[in-house]
Amino acid sequence: MRNNLVGNHIRRLRFDHDEMTQQQLADKVGVTRQTIVALEKGNYSPSLELAFRIARAFSLPIESIFYYEENAKK
Amino acid sequence: MTYQEKRSIVTLISTILIFAAYCLYMYPRYPEQGAELSELLHYWGAFVLVLMLISIIAHIVISIVFNIIYRMTTGEKEPGFTDELDRIIELRAHRTSFLLFILGFLCAMGSLVLEQPLYIMFDILIAAGFLADVSGSITKLYHYRRGI
Repeated sequence: MRNNLVGNHIRRLRFDHDEMTQQQLADKVGVTRQTIVALEKGNYSPSLELAFRIARAFSLPIESIFYYEENAKK
Repeated sequence: MTYQEKRSIVTLISTILIFAAYCLYMYPRYPEQGAELSELLHYWGAFVLVLMLISIIAHIVISIVFNIIYRMTTGEKEPGFTDELDRIIELRAHRTSFLLFILGFLCAMGSLVLEQPLYIMFDILIAAGFLADVSGSITKLYHYRRGI
């Protein structure tokens, strides 16, 4: 069950970036692996600052990683 | 299961065990009937202070032991910092604990208004402290598993 309306493509992007592990991404953006797990599961909407750091880690604009979905909550 | 989830479970279990063991040790030492008020207050004051001291020391020891076992079993090092998700979950856990304790405090004061014996007030107060602690751990576990 999705808890929030902000979705993301982090899991796919990690694999597109030489199968980057959750821990590697966590180290790059300065959070724990638990937070990356929660983001990928859709259990947590990151702060704007963290979203920008993740976007920078993938060298992509923020809207290529995160999207807003109106019908996510059931 | 992640480090934080395991840690929440360990904290929850250790809180319950420490409290249960301490109560089993202390309640038989309750002053006999007819004891003076000063003796009763001394007992309850010591009960709360020693419980806090034992809890803090036990949690530190358990945390160190848990981290050693975690490293040995998973080969991973525990996170050395708290990030934004940890801080939000921590705040929610504190909020739950605080609300429960305040509720218990009001009930304890209510027992005085209703002219209940002193031990009822302290029992409610201590139970509220315990439940507040337990609810904080449960809140953390819930949010680490289900998100926020």
